[in-house]
Amino acid sequence: MENYLLAMAVFAAFYALMALGLNVIWGLAGMVNLGLVGFFAIGAYTSALLTVKLQVAMPLAWIAAVAAAAACGIAVALLTARLKGDYLAIVTLGFAEVIRLIASNELWLTGGTNGISNIPGPWRGVLSPEGFNIVFAALGWGSVAVIALLLGRLSASPFGRVLRAIREDEMVAAVAGKRVLAFKVQAFAVGAAVLGFAGALYAHYNAFVAPDGFTALITIYVVLALTAGGTGTMRGAALGGVVVIALTEGSRFLAGVLPELRPVQIASLREAVIGVALIVVLYIRPQGILPERARTLSLEP
Amino acid sequence: MADELLQLLINGLLAGALLTVPAIGFTAIYAVLRFANFAVASHATIGAYAGIVTNVWLGWPAPASLAAAFVVAGCVGVLTDELVLRRLRPAGALTAAIASVALTIVLENVVRFAFGNDPRGYDLPVFRDWRFLGLHVGPQEVRNAAAALVVMTILFLFLAFTRTGKMMRAVADNPTLAALKGIDAITVARLATFVGMGLAGFGGMLIGMDTSVDPLTGFRVMLSVFAAAVVGGLGSIPGAVAGAFVVGVGEELSGLVLDPSYRTAVGFAAILVTLSFRPRGLFGERAY
Repeated sequence: MENYLLAMAVFAAFYALMALGLNVIWGLAGMVNLGLVGFFAIGAYTSALLTVKLQVAMPLAWIAAVAAAAACGIAVALLTARLKGDYLAIVTLGFAEVIRLIASNELWLTGGTNGISNIPGPWRGVLSPEGFNIVFAALGWGSVAVIALLLGRLSASPFGRVLRAIREDEMVAAVAGKRVLAFKVQAFAVGAAVLGFAGALYAHYNAFVAPDGFTALITIYVVLALTAGGTGTMRGAALGGVVVIALTEGSRFLAGVLPELRPVQIASLREAVIGVALIVVLYIRPQGILPERARTLSLEP
Repeated sequence: MADELLQLLINGLLAGALLTVPAIGFTAIYAVLRFANFAVASHATIGAYAGIVTNVWLGWPAPASLAAAFVVAGCVGVLTDELVLRRLRPAGALTAAIASVALTIVLENVVRFAFGNDPRGYDLPVFRDWRFLGLHVGPQEVRNAAAALVVMTILFLFLAFTRTGKMMRAVADNPTLAALKGIDAITVARLATFVGMGLAGFGGMLIGMDTSVDPLTGFRVMLSVFAAAVVGGLGSIPGAVAGAFVVGVGEELSGLVLDPSYRTAVGFAAILVTLSFRPRGLFGERAY
């Protein structure tokens, strides 16, 4: 049981990390990204391939994963530079599907739908399964703390202020002399880097990656995490990871209360819970549990 | 070589015809309600399953089942729009779009809950391919494309000549002016959702007849459908038709240079190319 809770803590950290990455792109800079699972996948596959096929040391592979995801982030940001709203949503959704297509079809590189297995993990085999989970929970939540702190500083800095200005009104930011494109590209790169890092951690924790692990559903989990936690704040994003795990794991009890249902029916109920939760959050608390403080200047005396 | 090219062109046009119907549905909802309703994906699946129930379980002929697919998907569309999306629209196009993704997940899983994951097929007569001049064409594919053409013609007549159709076009063109003329926005919104989601359901069954039906039938073709709508220009019905044929033919022709499993990536490439050179799409409004 403790081991199960530890494993869930690890996954909550992954979701929290992804929500943090999304928060930079979407929460601060206001760019919709429904393709975030694509960057997560790039990080996971980069690190997995480097360690399994080229025996690169893990820390180096993680750095490479972050760099690869950031580079893709820059490419996507440049390609979609002028797109907004609905168009950006469709293009980013497409991007993630293309990444998944590549992962499923380039057998020589990614192993196709069989994926890549036997990915090394830090001290895996030396430690007991519990010990390994403890190491990863510490690594995951330590990363969440450090990255949330750094991104919080970034958000409070003049750089973060410009991103928020772009989010609120791109034209005003441009008129104020800010190079909007450069800021957007940087925000996309930073966010994608965090997503890639989360992917790398996931690959080495799971020891196995396959295209099935990177469906659009993961994107929705993270959108839910960020929306529930509070778009625009780093604490909110971190909290959101816990909320999502609480929902996905909490819904396991359904199998106990409804034993007459077939497994596929239980699985569909549990997936539906996520969709319902996102709709409910949008209804009752669109600003999230830990909302961003309004920074609008009050003109009332 | 010329033969092969012609064959791919024919296949592409037939595939494009299937994409036109849900693409028109997506773009029509966008034209009136001004948001990308991603729930088109799940409504295509619902239409496909309405076809399974009526055609396989009740033994209806395919045309009657297609009508059922339209009506069932349209009704589910209006119902879910009233329950979920309508009250979120004032919060912004993006909020509504995100909610529509969540709605898609819920509806897809309702379908999975009821029918399971196993792929299903329709009760259709099996035909031998027609062969001429070294080309071959499946009669079923031609029938499907003809069904798409019929529904497009009906839609055109409806929008061009009926009072209700003109009301819808008026709201799409200029909501404020339409409101001044006494056109009830809520009625038109419901109508647009019914027609749009009905078309998604109709298209979903056509696609199901071409391949097979499972809870992800709608989702799998969605990238191509969105691509068709964006290439044609979001909100433009002629654009969606043109876009669907561009994407359909493009996907088939890509087989010459790419592995067939990369077909769906063609839609994505088509979006990027179109938006880079023609941000309004072929016939639509600006993307930015």
